[in-house]
Amino acid sequence: MTIWMRCFTGLQEVQKEQSDKLQDMKQFLAFIKKEFVHVIRDRRTLLILFGMPIMQILIFGFALSNEIKNSKIIIVDKADDVASRELISKIDASKYFEVSNERISESEIEPAFQKGKLKIVMVIPAQFNLDLHHSGVSQIQLIADASDPNTANLLVNYVSAIVKDYQSEISVPGIIPYRILPETRMLYNPQLKSAHNFVPGVMALVLMLVCVMMTAITIVREKETGTMEVLLVSPLRPWLVMVAKAVPYLVLSWVNVTTILILSVTVLNLPFNGSLLLLFAESTLFIITCLTLGIFISIMTNSQQVAMLISLMGMLLPTLLFSGFMFPLENMPEVLQWISNIIPARWYYVIVKDIMIKGLGFASLYKETLALVVITLFFFIISIKTFKQRLA
Amino acid sequence: MGDKVITTEGLTKKFGDFTAVDNITFDVEKGEIFGFLGANGAGKTTAMRMLCGLSIPSGGKATVAGYDVYRQTEKIKENIGYMSQKFSLYEDLTVIENINFFGGIYKIPSNLIKKKSDEVIEKLGLQPHAKKLVGSIPLGWKQKLAFSVAILHEPGLVFLDEPTGGVDPVARRQFWDLIYEAAERGITVFITTHYMDEAEYCDRISIMVDGRIDALGSPTALKKQFSSDNMDEVFYRLARGAKRTE
Repeated sequence: MTIWMRCFTGLQEVQKEQSDKLQDMKQFLAFIKKEFVHVIRDRRTLLILFGMPIMQILIFGFALSNEIKNSKIIIVDKADDVASRELISKIDASKYFEVSNERISESEIEPAFQKGKLKIVMVIPAQFNLDLHHSGVSQIQLIADASDPNTANLLVNYVSAIVKDYQSEISVPGIIPYRILPETRMLYNPQLKSAHNFVPGVMALVLMLVCVMMTAITIVREKETGTMEVLLVSPLRPWLVMVAKAVPYLVLSWVNVTTILILSVTVLNLPFNGSLLLLFAESTLFIITCLTLGIFISIMTNSQQVAMLISLMGMLLPTLLFSGFMFPLENMPEVLQWISNIIPARWYYVIVKDIMIKGLGFASLYKETLALVVITLFFFIISIKTFKQRLA
Repeated sequence: MGDKVITTEGLTKKFGDFTAVDNITFDVEKGEIFGFLGANGAGKTTAMRMLCGLSIPSGGKATVAGYDVYRQTEKIKENIGYMSQKFSLYEDLTVIENINFFGGIYKIPSNLIKKKSDEVIEKLGLQPHAKKLVGSIPLGWKQKLAFSVAILHEPGLVFLDEPTGGVDPVARRQFWDLIYEAAERGITVFITTHYMDEAEYCDRISIMVDGRIDALGSPTALKKQFSSDNMDEVFYRLARGAKRTE
């Protein structure tokens, strides 16, 4: 009898515990529902949230490109013979150059540059064909506008490659006994497309912006309007408030990652070599890192403007500078390279690139993953400590 | 003893060298409307935050709804209602969504929320606005709604922090009708205000000066004690002695 009673009360306790858990769950869901309503009602923010990744992919994909196509080249052809014409038509045929019809003398070269537009001039000496076939050596001169050194370098390389190509075409095997022909293979990105570089960068940038800035602003907004006070007086656990506010941005970020991936594969013809699941898992880790940063900022500040400023200056700028997608990290002074280690986007950028383009698995990414985990934990612990201090 | 909803004894809060709340002792009876008065900076908000479980006291004892303010803040939060000085509903949510949300975080079962939400809307005459965003309804209505939401979970005690700031006298009168009604249902009301006519509506009031409670009693008793005709004068006499200014 007593045993039955005990069993019965035990059962009741279990049931009570379960219904408590259910109530907690419902409480949490009610909060998340409210957060989604906030996001959906705010049309302008919504437009930014979903429009931004699309815009950035399209802008980086079509407007900003490191490749140079159809660059104007003027050729001062003093030879006007078989060889020079062959070489010119070869240059014209490449997609990098468009040979201009302008005929200018050597003294007019500099004025031509000063007019702008023109980036490179090639001078072919008289008797080009003759020299080439009799002495075996001939020279051409390349003059480039080096006020933009990267472009100048690139163009000179393109022309050199075409000239080399031509050279090997006309040389009769056997005459030059020793020749070394380097055969270059550009791994993973044979066409040297800049999209391979910036898609992972844009992904890091968009997630950073959405998660850090939006989370920080949305929490600080509750402080500004006074509703945070009401939430803290309610039986909701304070950390639950923070988590619930971050959940919608996690979902939005997944949508953004998907959009960017679809766009880059369909519109930009990027390959996707690795595991989609792994990429989403790593992206989720990075999103959590960003959300933690957003929560951290929101705890430190009390106004939406300040939160926005800190997010932009403190997060976005370093992401652009130190993630390696705009400026190669290898060229930076050691101190800056060291600093780049604490920028989460730097690690995420490498992860996305390695998975998408190189098709690597987790085994080669554990170092980057570990770095993200450490950064996240660091800010998570600081956030909790500061939050508790503020409350007391 | 069981009839005391709030008890404090020597409750103190210090921030560094600054003593915001200095050794205050008072009780609030069940079903009472207790006015908590004081000039800005006198320590009202700090005292109230301690009673709501938002801030841990530096010294003294206090219980709220029978729970200890040091160790049982979670229990306190479940048993009180709160409406703040700043407007405490979400402007970008509709009337119904606000009720549902606060019902949800106070763990009221969904079927009961529905029933209560209908009741509140009917009582306040909000039917035509039920599906409108709270941001678009008049302030007087918003405050009545905020109060109704604060007591939706039937707490034993509700804290109102300057609830009637910025509304016209008619709306204020209507708001007080709601307060009386809640008090009649047995809900204890703890209210801070700057309006002395509202102080007269309270059963008992305390007046804080420089972190201390300098006067405590019914409005009639206090007027007698300070031989004044109205509460304005009582308040002025006490507040004039304050050393702290904002």
